[in-house]
Amino acid sequence: MSPALHEFLSIDLGPILAATFACVSCALLGNFLVLRRVSLMGDAISHAVLPGLVLAFMITGTRDPLPMFIGAAAAGIVTVGLVEAMRRYTRIEPGAAMGVVFSVLFALGVLMLERGAGRQVDLDADCVLNGLLEAMIWFVPDQWSQVLTWDAIASLPRQVWTLAIVAVVVSILVAVFFKELRIVCFDPGLATSLGFPASAVNGVFMVLVACVTVASFEAVGSILVIAMLICPPAAARMLTDRLRSQVLTSVLIAACCAVGGYTLAAFGPGWFGASRSVSASGMIAIVSGVAMASAMLLGPRHGVIARSVRRTRLAITIATEDLLAWVYRMEERARPAQIELAAETIGSSGLTLKLATARATRLGLLISENGNLRLTETGRRNATSLVRTHRLWESYLVERGGYAPDHVHDAAMRLEHAVDPDRHVRLEPPEPSTPLDPHQRPIPPRS
Amino acid sequence: MISGPDNSGTWAAIIDAATFRAGHNTTLVLVGATLLGIAAGLVGVFVMLRRRSLISDAVGHATLPGIATAFIIGNAIGMDGRSMAVLLPGAAIGAATGLLAIQWIVRATRLTEDAAIGAVLSVWFGVGVVLLSVIQTMEAGNQGGLKTFIFGQTAAMSATDARLMGAVAFTSIALVALLFRRLRVVAFDEAYARSLGLRVDLIDAALMALVVIVCAVGLQAVGLLLIVALLIIPAAAARFWTDRLMPLAALSAAAGGVSAFVGSVISASFARVPAGPAIVLVAGAIFLLGMLLAPSRGLVAGIIRQLSVRTRIQADHAMLHLATVGPMPIETALPPGLSGLLARAMLQRRGLVRCDERMVALTDAGLAAARLADRRRRLWRLYLIRHADIAASHVDLTADAVEHVVDPAILARLEAEIAAEDALDPPTQWPGRDP
Repeated sequence: MSPALHEFLSIDLGPILAATFACVSCALLGNFLVLRRVSLMGDAISHAVLPGLVLAFMITGTRDPLPMFIGAAAAGIVTVGLVEAMRRYTRIEPGAAMGVVFSVLFALGVLMLERGAGRQVDLDADCVLNGLLEAMIWFVPDQWSQVLTWDAIASLPRQVWTLAIVAVVVSILVAVFFKELRIVCFDPGLATSLGFPASAVNGVFMVLVACVTVASFEAVGSILVIAMLICPPAAARMLTDRLRSQVLTSVLIAACCAVGGYTLAAFGPGWFGASRSVSASGMIAIVSGVAMASAMLLGPRHGVIARSVRRTRLAITIATEDLLAWVYRMEERARPAQIELAAETIGSSGLTLKLATARATRLGLLISENGNLRLTETGRRNATSLVRTHRLWESYLVERGGYAPDHVHDAAMRLEHAVDPDRHVRLEPPEPSTPLDPHQRPIPPRS
Repeated sequence: MISGPDNSGTWAAIIDAATFRAGHNTTLVLVGATLLGIAAGLVGVFVMLRRRSLISDAVGHATLPGIATAFIIGNAIGMDGRSMAVLLPGAAIGAATGLLAIQWIVRATRLTEDAAIGAVLSVWFGVGVVLLSVIQTMEAGNQGGLKTFIFGQTAAMSATDARLMGAVAFTSIALVALLFRRLRVVAFDEAYARSLGLRVDLIDAALMALVVIVCAVGLQAVGLLLIVALLIIPAAAARFWTDRLMPLAALSAAAGGVSAFVGSVISASFARVPAGPAIVLVAGAIFLLGMLLAPSRGLVAGIIRQLSVRTRIQADHAMLHLATVGPMPIETALPPGLSGLLARAMLQRRGLVRCDERMVALTDAGLAAARLADRRRRLWRLYLIRHADIAASHVDLTADAVEHVVDPAILARLEAEIAAEDALDPPTQWPGRDP
């Protein structure tokens, strides 16, 4: 048995387990908070449970977990009820109502702590914010093989037990009531009309959030609870469009954040030669923030990078089409299509236009000869069809839409790119009464 | 705050502090805190009207990494890391990065504002907590003072800090006054503001900059967890009392100033009462007062209004019932319950009914009033059938519901129509009173 392993098992494994269970429970419920746009309820609850905790302590005089838990859960439920009642009866903006309730309750808790309870026991505001993750010590195991023995499990720190039970209960509840949660979260109106008690589901769910918040924050602190309620689900939401996979992804992310964050906090400073570890719950929150930021940037469909690539591609496609049509018009007027002139009439940026020229040349639609552009045979066919659509739209807008002839060009410039998403053909308005467009240019026939 | 241990917690101490006789330092802190409260109340009004209340919570939390970084850098370059001159810019920069992150998330991704606020709040605070634990391990770091920013501690404020707080708060008040017209337009009608050629984004940025300033400068007085309360509660409390912006801003500023002043006085006069929670609880009490007692939006006024409508409805129904059926037992005409009792009292006071032990009957005046009530009901029937396209078979139900909210102007117009109807279809016979 190596001393390092013993140290890891007794000092680090307990907190890692506790943090993982707490993060997973929070992330599971957080999915529904994020989708219902009430993420900050977790924030409000985790601030507002403080007076409940302190009151329970003042009444019982011990740090016994059960009364503390009951007190905090009661405070959490009171918070939810107060916010809801205030929203309903006072016409205050919901955000402000929430802010009023949780800040007043939190202030009350801090004051009670300072005036009385905090003096006699190590219950202080610091532990409320940051938790006592580092203070959990698991005495029994010496080796990995002993970890799974009954004796070892029985002597797990109390918080680990509590959080494990909470995680199991929450998982079961979410699995069993998945359908109800989903419908209430996406369409409460439909839920009510189908006979689901939407407000009852909502109420029970909020109570559950309060309980999980309370159970978790004793171990990991209120800040980490907020991070875990929001960041993993938000990250998962950037990665997928289906609720089931979002929930599973968020749980995975939460577990990775817990393990990764704790590892960084406990051993990270050592890699840089520092002797003491840094705050574990703070580090887990940071890791979850990094996970969320990565998902926001790198998400396959909704990520910022993927979206900007898609947008740039579309811009180049449109610029290519505009360029072909412009060269067609220049050739129609028997004028040279100089590349420098294109930028003046086409609304795209210089870089986009350069990329579009390159693309059109590569596809064999345009030929560039000493600064002049010329359409190839394929290019002319494409351009004819584009110009035809453009002029058809202009005629349509003047004849049917009641537009003035000098106002239709810009609208037609946008409409000519419209493609029917189902059939992948360019939308084309009906034939006009004359073969000329409103500017007296011929409408090319269908190729 | 500084107060003699001899008279701590007595009325004398409270009066001393409130009348600025508790020492030069305490007086400066009181004035500075009051100015801060006024500034927060003013800024909070516009934040509330722009529906951004909870952003200020994230801004408050996001100051922590800024403070910690400023402390580390300040110490590294040989300054006193705990002086406000070092920490204040740090706090403002930290808050501003958090704010920008929220705006970026909302603009660039599909995530909604609430998720953005919560994520930034917790992650930025997490960074701060980690930095604090790093400072703890540093040899030079005497970080003892930093934690006071989380909950606020006016006792730790020097006269210089108090002057700085007062000056910055005063500047923000002046800025709000300067921008007042623009903030107003943007708060109430963004589209109109744009059509006037105002740069809405710049005005919003200015408002958010004010939020950042208030949060940063309020750290020492109320702490970064509770500064959000000073931005939200006074504005929400003032909203109960008025629908006009000028009085709203004035009331909110007053509520903020009073909360900050009273809270600080209490904190100065009692041992172990931190200023932040004291200020927030005073603000909460002011809010509660408005929520209960405000004339039109208050809960008490609402209950009275509802009760009086229900009483009128009960009385009308009872009169019509008595007019068509004749005298009857009291509990048949007026079902037991608060509104029934009130209706009976009202009818008796106006001399519309006569009651003996069991029975109740209409008086002459009561019969006339019943005719009037019946007429009103018929007017509504007519109006709903003619003008609101409600089927005749459904109209009684609706008429029952709306006949009690008759607007006199509409009533007059309908009178003419019913006169014509009367000629064709004579009104109900009234067996009414005992002969």
